[in-house]
Amino acid sequence: MSSKLTLTVSLAVLATMAAAAILAPVLAPFPPNEMVHAAFDAPGVGGVLGADGLGRDMLSRILYATRYTFVATLIATTLACMIGVSLAIIAGLSKGWADIIIGRAVDILMSIPQIIFALIILAIAGVSLTTLILTMAVLQSSTYYRVTRPIAGDLAAMEYVEVGRLRGERLHWYLFKEILPNMVPSLLAQFGLGLSSAALFISSLSFLGIGIQPPAADLGGLVRENALALSTGRLTPLIPAFCIALFCLSVNGIVDWLVGRFSDKPDVK
Amino acid sequence: MSGNRILSIDNLRVETRTGVLLDDVSIHVDRGEVLGIIGESGAGKSTLALSSIMLFKSGCRPTSGSITLCGQSLMELGTTELETIRRTKASYVAQSAAAAFNPFYRLEDQVTEIPAMAQKLTSAQRRRMAVELFEELQLPDPKNFGRRYPHQVSGGQLQRAMIAMALINQPDLIIFDEPTTALDVTTQIEVLRLIKKVASTHNCGALYISHDLAVVSQMADRIIVMRNGKMVEQGPTRQLVDHPQTEYAKRLVAHQGDGSYASIDGSDATLLDVRNVDVGYGGVAAVKDASIRLGAGSVLALVGESGSGKTTLARSIAGLQPARTGEIRMRESVLAPLVERRSFDQRRLIQYIHQLPDLALNPRQSIRDVVGRPLSYFHGLRGAAAEQRLRELMDAIELPAAYLDRYPASLSGGQKQRVCIARSLAAKPDILICDEITSALDPLVEESIVKLLTRLIKDEGLSILFITHNLGLALRFSHKTAVMQAGRIVEHGDTRAVFEQPQSDYTKSLIRAVPQLREGWLDGFSANAA
Repeated sequence: MSSKLTLTVSLAVLATMAAAAILAPVLAPFPPNEMVHAAFDAPGVGGVLGADGLGRDMLSRILYATRYTFVATLIATTLACMIGVSLAIIAGLSKGWADIIIGRAVDILMSIPQIIFALIILAIAGVSLTTLILTMAVLQSSTYYRVTRPIAGDLAAMEYVEVGRLRGERLHWYLFKEILPNMVPSLLAQFGLGLSSAALFISSLSFLGIGIQPPAADLGGLVRENALALSTGRLTPLIPAFCIALFCLSVNGIVDWLVGRFSDKPDVK
Repeated sequence: MSGNRILSIDNLRVETRTGVLLDDVSIHVDRGEVLGIIGESGAGKSTLALSSIMLFKSGCRPTSGSITLCGQSLMELGTTELETIRRTKASYVAQSAAAAFNPFYRLEDQVTEIPAMAQKLTSAQRRRMAVELFEELQLPDPKNFGRRYPHQVSGGQLQRAMIAMALINQPDLIIFDEPTTALDVTTQIEVLRLIKKVASTHNCGALYISHDLAVVSQMADRIIVMRNGKMVEQGPTRQLVDHPQTEYAKRLVAHQGDGSYASIDGSDATLLDVRNVDVGYGGVAAVKDASIRLGAGSVLALVGESGSGKTTLARSIAGLQPARTGEIRMRESVLAPLVERRSFDQRRLIQYIHQLPDLALNPRQSIRDVVGRPLSYFHGLRGAAAEQRLRELMDAIELPAAYLDRYPASLSGGQKQRVCIARSLAAKPDILICDEITSALDPLVEESIVKLLTRLIKDEGLSILFITHNLGLALRFSHKTAVMQAGRIVEHGDTRAVFEQPQSDYTKSLIRAVPQLREGWLDGFSANAA
């Protein structure tokens, strides 16, 4: 499949999902948390996609779940990227104690499985959308640090950074003017991967029951709620799972295209 | 005649998808003859030389003409036959020996790789072949030289080992592609003398590529001048050097200089006074007890070979590498060793220009951003005032104002270096430290940059610390000269005095080693003198 086609399809899918997330209150035929059908109503009988075990409308719940997944994923990934990249650039420029301390802290963070780390933190801090997002941001920032630290080191050794040093520039100048713009291609790839993995991460947490708390649910939560239906031969839990997969694939499709575009020579006017 | 002809290329045209690399070029080389190819980078020198063994960069192909090597028309041969030809008939000596050797293998194994591929050889046989050549190339301890790894020998020795590798298959044609460009002048002499000797004793033909006319004039019997893929001029060496016909060749010859000194009138007032400075990295002392003085409105050339500590000294003056002892004074004030400790104005008054503009310009900043930053940082200029000053600066470096919106990738090497100069000027400095700023540029581009700097000294009242390994350039451009060797200043005085009555032996040998156009200059070196 050509990259242009992949891009178009991915953009269309993501746009649809985003629209569904934003317009959920308008689009949803029923309130998501009210029992409006009989339990396990088949699609077409009670609502377009049928009903869950409590008789709630499946379509409405999926629309709202997409909303949760989108918001949590986007905010957490953006925060993670900002934290990781800033630390990487500071470490790359200073190359002294700051580098050692940040580096070892990240090592510790990475040496413990993320999901277990998240379980501990959420158990201590209590589960809410805010703690969930912050936990994910901190945990995922370690990968951004790992990817960008060597690049920051290389860029910090560039002579144009030395010119800045001779002038007496401050940190924000290096951060935003000298180093960050040159990181964009590698950062884009990592950001895309990060979006997918963040979506999977929050879905896993919700699937384990420590993510978004009932009666609200994100896509992972919906899979969990309806998992039992699989044994009765119903495919309902596969629909939210399919949405998660679709999201990850589309994000990667777009990132592939962006990376291809940015790895060309920078702008020749 | 035809029995002696090794290579003839007729009306060759090489194209890429977007342009023409070589246009209607014809050359020939006879046995025992060295053909010099001279031109700027991008002129097509290497493309031409490599086409003699049918090697083309990917995306390039010959579209017309013929190439005949040792009586065989290469254009009609298949891949296997071409590989045999390349293995048996020709050799290639590359510019950077360090990049051409694999650091993982011993020298003798690499040098004898080609014959070992053709026939089964024991390691003793291989060693014997290598030792023979090492002896001929006057390498130290030839019996054990091949046991070493590439990083264990000097640059000049490595280059000679590569010549040994080129000779091992007894080729009919050797291509020398800038074989001494990466070497220091004193090392260059030895290698040049060897190449000349080898070319005559092995009775093969040679192509000698260089951008340095003086070197080519010593090596070649005939010279062709290339420019933009076309042959501009050709002729026997003496004729071309003494009576160049085309405008371009005349400029190349004139560039060598007539030995006249710079007419810069510097005052005697000391602007920068460096006293007894020691600089080191870890346990290594790179600069020892160095003292230099830069007068207001003058140019001080700091010359020396690679590793002599020139750049380290300059970096300590700029405050990038702190001096351990000693004192650096600018006018009345003593400068802190580290730039971070220096005042706003001290940082502004000393500007540093790096050797490679590619690394010194951020590829993601437009020229406007690059040059505009010191304007806003040091002088608080914004909006129309900044725009006005930007245009003045572009005028000063002789680039059109429209270039302000370009990015470095779309500029040539010389233009990029001009932008770096403009960035320094934007701060309104007193002192420019120029660290080999022309060494990556072609001779005529170098000339134009030096002209620009000469004008700026008058217009902007600048003083320049000019670091270079190019003595000819120091002679033409500088007012005073300091010579560095192994971290020490061995000579410091008026340029004319340094060049005409050098005091130290090192300076003398350095000056003697600068290639000249004069006939027989290279032959004038006896085996011991170099």
